[in-house]
Amino acid sequence: MKFKILLTLLVCATLIAAAPAAYDLGDTVSDFKLKNVDGKMVSLDDYKSSKGVIVIFDCNTCPYSRAYNDRIIQLNKKYGPKGFPVIAINANSPDLSPGDSFNEMVSQAKKNGYDFPYLVDETQNVARSFGATNTPHVFVLQNDNASFKVAYIGTIDNNARDASSVTRKYVEDAVDQLLSNKEVTKSKTKAIGCGIKWKES
Amino acid sequence: MWRVFVCLVFAVTSATAQKVEVIKFDRLEELMTTQSDKIQVINFWATWCGPCIQELPYFQNLEVQDPSVKVTLVNLDYADKLKKVNSFVSKNKITSRVLLLDDIDYDAWIDRVDPSWGGAIPATLFINTASGQRKFVDRPLTGAELETLIKSVKSTK
Repeated sequence: MKFKILLTLLVCATLIAAAPAAYDLGDTVSDFKLKNVDGKMVSLDDYKSSKGVIVIFDCNTCPYSRAYNDRIIQLNKKYGPKGFPVIAINANSPDLSPGDSFNEMVSQAKKNGYDFPYLVDETQNVARSFGATNTPHVFVLQNDNASFKVAYIGTIDNNARDASSVTRKYVEDAVDQLLSNKEVTKSKTKAIGCGIKWKES
Repeated sequence: MWRVFVCLVFAVTSATAQKVEVIKFDRLEELMTTQSDKIQVINFWATWCGPCIQELPYFQNLEVQDPSVKVTLVNLDYADKLKKVNSFVSKNKITSRVLLLDDIDYDAWIDRVDPSWGGAIPATLFINTASGQRKFVDRPLTGAELETLIKSVKSTK
């Protein structure tokens, strides 16, 4: 009995120690490698030659994700060529959200003409390490001598409902400032979103 | 005579189905800060949010069973969906107060609900204004968890 308790405590301690704290501004992001909708693996290290990356935790099913879909595609069209391409990651458990299965991701990417990776985070470890909570949740990473540092965390802009009524483009402002070697003035924002569908632990 | 009857029936049914009120954040803030002898339970939800809808009955039951609790269901559907929200509320016979928070500039108010909130729903705030006890949870709750949380905010420090 005592042994069992000890063992449980040990396992818990290991789990706590193994769970890294979520990234904050300025933190260096560890490399990750996830499967893309085309079946190939994509890693952050593949982007070592770009100025940075716009990582977006997204999904197929959330109304906010759907509302932002066009804007995410436009972000990649505008900032991909400038050195900040989009990487979209879906961490939703397909058991809890069947519309987010890998097959559904493939058809979503095809239907909407994604010209950026749409990766599946099956273990949800990447989403946890970033501290992603809802969709879409954006992390702008700046390439600082081949290590990626978090420069912006939050939402895309200040009007989810209506793109034409947006008055603050948070992600664009942040990337523009990074591109002109300025400090990001608004580096953290929040928005209502669908919680990431975490697997039952 | 039958006209009177129809009118009466109509009056009774329309009186029981609540009309959802559309508010701005300042109204919610007032609710969070005003002294009350009841435990304020403020739940953030939307008609499109599956896990939110699943837990709504727990909040409804809580208020019915525990008179020391006041439940407010803060709906986050867009204001142009008011009709849909009203019909959801009457169809599901929701008697707890429902307010539609029409304040799209989320970044301006999320931290004022709780700094630890990333913005995911469902989320629930428990406030004991008398003791200053406060709990915030940004994940789906079970009925049992809800009871434990209520007990913990009720207890005096």
